[in-house]
Amino acid sequence: MTELTLVQAVNRGLFEAMRSDPDVLVLGEDVGVNGGVFRATEGLYKEFGADRVIDTPLSETGIVGTAIGMALYGLKPVAEIQFLDFIYPAFDQIVSELSKFRYRSGGQYPCHVVIRSPYGGGIRGGLYHSQSTEAYFCHTAGLKVVVPSTPADAKGLLLTAIHDEDPVLFLEPKRIYRSVTGEVPDGDGRVPFGTARLVREGTDVSLFAYGAMVPPTSEAAEKLAGEGISAEVIDLRSLVPLDEASVVASVQKTGRAVVVHEAARFCGFGGEVAAVLAEKAFYSLKAPIARVTGYDTPFPYALENLYLPNADTIMHAARSTVKAG
Amino acid sequence: MAESAVPSVAPASGSDSADGLSPQRLLEAYRTMVLARVTDERCLHLQRQGRIGFYAPLQGQEAAQVGAAMALRPEDWVFPAYREMAVALLRGVPLQAIIDQLFSDSSDLTKGRQMPNHFGFRAQNFVVASSPIGTQITQAVGAAMAARLRGDPIVTVPFFGDGATSSNDFHAGLNFAGVFKVPTVFFCQNNEWAISLPREKQTRSPTLAEKAKAYGFSGVVIDGNDVKAVYRTVLDARRRAVAGGGPTLIEAQVYRFGPHSTSDDPHRYRSNAELEAAKRKDPVLRLQRELKEAHGLDEAGDSKIWDDARAQLSAAIEVAEKTPKVAPDSFLDDVFATPTPRLAEERAAFEALVREGVIKP
Repeated sequence: MTELTLVQAVNRGLFEAMRSDPDVLVLGEDVGVNGGVFRATEGLYKEFGADRVIDTPLSETGIVGTAIGMALYGLKPVAEIQFLDFIYPAFDQIVSELSKFRYRSGGQYPCHVVIRSPYGGGIRGGLYHSQSTEAYFCHTAGLKVVVPSTPADAKGLLLTAIHDEDPVLFLEPKRIYRSVTGEVPDGDGRVPFGTARLVREGTDVSLFAYGAMVPPTSEAAEKLAGEGISAEVIDLRSLVPLDEASVVASVQKTGRAVVVHEAARFCGFGGEVAAVLAEKAFYSLKAPIARVTGYDTPFPYALENLYLPNADTIMHAARSTVKAG
Repeated sequence: MAESAVPSVAPASGSDSADGLSPQRLLEAYRTMVLARVTDERCLHLQRQGRIGFYAPLQGQEAAQVGAAMALRPEDWVFPAYREMAVALLRGVPLQAIIDQLFSDSSDLTKGRQMPNHFGFRAQNFVVASSPIGTQITQAVGAAMAARLRGDPIVTVPFFGDGATSSNDFHAGLNFAGVFKVPTVFFCQNNEWAISLPREKQTRSPTLAEKAKAYGFSGVVIDGNDVKAVYRTVLDARRRAVAGGGPTLIEAQVYRFGPHSTSDDPHRYRSNAELEAAKRKDPVLRLQRELKEAHGLDEAGDSKIWDDARAQLSAAIEVAEKTPKVAPDSFLDDVFATPTPRLAEERAAFEALVREGVIKP
């Protein structure tokens, strides 16, 4: 075990994958000589050289398009998109191509690319360095989407992603890149997709969160305990595939649900979680499902702290569900 | 110059002549072009008769496709658009496999997932096509980077049209190719029309080939109706790429005789006079003339080539029409390597709807 920050754990995962498998390579903007603008790829260039740590021209469709070609040929590319906000020039390659290769070829051409991208607000990044638009991608058949919130999960999920057989969008909560530290297993330590993480057990209300929303959600649960409300916290961490069984089981126990994400509310991932609960846990519900999310506005620079959920707004929602029934 | 192995046609016999293709190989090129032409004409009718759902014809582009494909080796990777049927044939894809795709029958290797013409044949390194324009260009560049990393002496060849030169991925792909000096041969069939948009409204650039200059490598314009010129040019570009000399952009000038697809009526935007002028340069008739004048192809021999093609095609269509369609629940396969619990649930729900008679496959 080693104590690492979340971004160090990503870096460690990349090192281990590249050391153990010569087919793994990294490409993106500023990932080589510079080691990445968040330092996630620091040191890789020195150890693996320019052939496997590729500084690309400034073109997201070029990055993902070439990564697809590499994957078709049999390599395991890990592409970095510097900010999720800048992924849209590659949207066509991700949605129309990457996610559909296996399907449209009748299984002849699997296409395994990992796309890493920092996402989310709280870093004073304004409109174009803060967004949380995972829902676009979760809506795309053929693409897996995972979001770690701890260093151990960052490395464990990344290694699973790199060794998976399907394309994976790996979203990194940049707000907690360095503020969260934790023990990370030194070995492989892979974390399977499709399993949620039970952060804290509780009996009165289930709080569902992922990525950078897990710390404030945990904080809320702790404070709620002081008020006599026992909140269960579940880190979804694998959005596609979603661990529906754990989500449903938790609400069957508590009877109440609060879904937390920083993304805009309308058609946000919380809507899917709420729908799953409505379909599969309806008769266990004692209160309406609550969502604590970003607003249906573009992301505001100066007022981001008012836009983003925090422990207070999460507690408020949890109390409301407890009061409701 | 017996340089290029051609996978599909009978073993290349005789040595190639000074201009690159022996008479025997020219004859093989002609056979493939005739088969493509005959298939194309027939498929337009099949669509009108409702026997297939859609078709995108290639008439006018046979020499460009066959000439390019003859210069490639089986281990090279082709990244086609949706009009490259003749490339597939030349690379050894059986006509039956092509027809099976058009009919979405249960032998279709792509399992009825895509509209006709969106072929994919892994055994022939013919990467599955899609409908978005130009996306295969960056992918081909990435595959070339991978091949070089592996030490494989191959080229990748994206096929695309004049319209694709306006796409994001054309720019990104050629730019990456120049920067990384990859072994890719960009093969543009400029057929003058992107659905209704004429070539001169696609770009102010006098030629498409000269765009390569801005990316740091050379571009070349060729007569795409001349199978020998196409072959020579691609062979040169291939040789240079494999030797580490970087990519080439080839603009093969052709003309799209047919509509963009069976959903399109070209009379709305172009004149018959223009079409008739282009047809006077018909690449199939041009090679036919050359074979007759210079290489002793006689009327009987020529008729047999056309008759054989028609017979082969009729047989393939008959087989496809007797083959069952894709299985009703097969649309739920191949989303992921292993179905997620959600997909397994959706399959069970679909099966229940079928069982209860709500859905009648």
